[in-house]
Amino acid sequence: MIERLSNSQLLQLILTNVKELTREPGVLFWGIIFPILMSLGLGVAFTKKKDVITNIAVTGQEKLMTESPDSTSAIMSFLMANNAVAEKDKKGVVTRKLTVPDDKLGNTSFIFHSLSWKDAMVMLKRGNINIILDEKNGVIQYHFDPMNPDAQLTYLKLSKLLNRTLPVDTVPTAEIIPLTVSGTRYIDFLIPGLIAMGVMMSCMWGVSYAIIERRSKKLLRRMVATPMKRSNFLIAMITVRLLMNFVEAGLLFLFAWLVFNITIQGSVSALIVLFISGNFAFAGIAIFISSHTAKTEVGNGLINAVSMPMMVLSGVFFSYHNFPEWSIPTIQKLPLSMMADGIRSIMIEGAGFAEVAVQGIFLSAIGIVFFIAGMRLFRWH
Amino acid sequence: MNDPIIEVRNIHKSFKTVQAVRGIDLHIGAGQFVALLGPNGAGKTTLVEMIEGIQQPDSGDIRILGKTWKGNEKYLRYLIGLSLQETYFIEKLTVWETMRLFASFFAIGKARCGEVLNLIALEDKRRAWVVNLSGGQRQRLALGIALLNNPKILLLDEPTTGLDPNARREIWSILLKLKEQSNTSLILTTHYMEEAEQLCDYIVIIDHGKILKEGTLSDLLGEIQDLPVKQALPRKITLDDLFISLTGRHLND
Repeated sequence: MIERLSNSQLLQLILTNVKELTREPGVLFWGIIFPILMSLGLGVAFTKKKDVITNIAVTGQEKLMTESPDSTSAIMSFLMANNAVAEKDKKGVVTRKLTVPDDKLGNTSFIFHSLSWKDAMVMLKRGNINIILDEKNGVIQYHFDPMNPDAQLTYLKLSKLLNRTLPVDTVPTAEIIPLTVSGTRYIDFLIPGLIAMGVMMSCMWGVSYAIIERRSKKLLRRMVATPMKRSNFLIAMITVRLLMNFVEAGLLFLFAWLVFNITIQGSVSALIVLFISGNFAFAGIAIFISSHTAKTEVGNGLINAVSMPMMVLSGVFFSYHNFPEWSIPTIQKLPLSMMADGIRSIMIEGAGFAEVAVQGIFLSAIGIVFFIAGMRLFRWH
Repeated sequence: MNDPIIEVRNIHKSFKTVQAVRGIDLHIGAGQFVALLGPNGAGKTTLVEMIEGIQQPDSGDIRILGKTWKGNEKYLRYLIGLSLQETYFIEKLTVWETMRLFASFFAIGKARCGEVLNLIALEDKRRAWVVNLSGGQRQRLALGIALLNNPKILLLDEPTTGLDPNARREIWSILLKLKEQSNTSLILTTHYMEEAEQLCDYIVIIDHGKILKEGTLSDLLGEIQDLPVKQALPRKITLDDLFISLTGRHLND
């Protein structure tokens, strides 16, 4: 019976597949161990978060955010009634923090920043805040993009809290003022992120995967058996990818311009330089990733290991300020964050060369470092 | 023999615990067609890769036209043509585009591409994508690419493995034409004795990284005349019989 079972075709096929899988350490690592490590890392990082932190800009209240306010404004009354704690932010500016405890859903902390209208708009465009609170003639005004679900949620939570905590006869009139001007909408935030992400994915798959596949099929080995200059092979690949990325980004921008009326507020030449720097950074990373392996399965894993965390963390679809405060300085230094932030500041904040110089230099340096490291490890056969 | 085109002196090569090549000497003259005949794992491909310059021997010396690979790689690459057992060219390039790509590495123009296309009989597939070629056509394309630069040395690693008899004969026919018309030296690895017999004027039988026997076909078959196996066989003696008498195994084992 046991012998018959061990001779079973199906069993042998299953065993063969198991052996094939377990004997390939790369596949095993990227298929099993890496997702566990990812879940461990992200789980530890983000499940222990105590509060959902929501930043809110308050305009026209500059004097009211002092440590000893003397005001009768509705917003300040609301904050004082709820014992909102005065805290200094990193720049030493006083903010007010109001924590709403909730055992089941987790605590929500609102941090109120007193800002000028201009600064509030910059914060909004960067995705640091999603709502601006203002008070005019006793009317509380909520300024936000009605198409932004996060802003809607903030409005609902905040307005409910405000109505609940103030005495009935002092609840001020409130109105929603939709922010739909160019640069403040969710789509304005999204398009630069998508452009940056497109460059990253294009380099990862178009350069990295293509090299690994050519190595696995012995095409690289065949090519280096000729007098072909090895640098030409890589230059050609990166150049074509850069041109392709220009076309892709151009078409995406054209679409966004036609359909959503998105414009470039800042310097176009700075945008082009930053775009090239970003391409260079991701091409360098792509060369590094593809420098050694000849197995497409391992290449798949490597590409996902590099690109997925950046897609999640780097503020492509939503602001990375939703992540814990301690993680933000690190997230901001990721190449995708650098590129997305830079494009965003040019497109919607009107930045020029000076404002994106750091990002441009950083991205170029990443490209150079990874390219050199990749070339040192590079296997042509 | 005139000055050899390829000189291999006592080379050794190991990979971890496997000794792939163990003290091989080889001298190949201009225009000579040499077969490296042996079963899978005999060390043929490793030997060719060392001659081709992509593997370094652990010890010993390899000279191509009197030059070692070190410091002469750029020059030597212009002299060598290579075809591997399996090369997947870029699938969505046409035959012509693929030839033009490889020709560009040697700074060769369209005229030579046309000549080679004619030689490998793929003119009618000029605009066909590589992905749509049959196995035999792909291997002819690989051979054509190896011939683009009119190589002084042609290295073919099992060029007909996996091909049907017709496709194999088409490759042989191209190589025989080359033998007639040029002074190219050929090193061909194979485990098909008919291939070695048909194409090559010098045969080197390799097993376990060592040369077991070498010589012309008639020399090698002559050696078998006195062996007991001759009396036991009612048919024509082949190189496989020699291999059996030397190792107790078939070439294709």
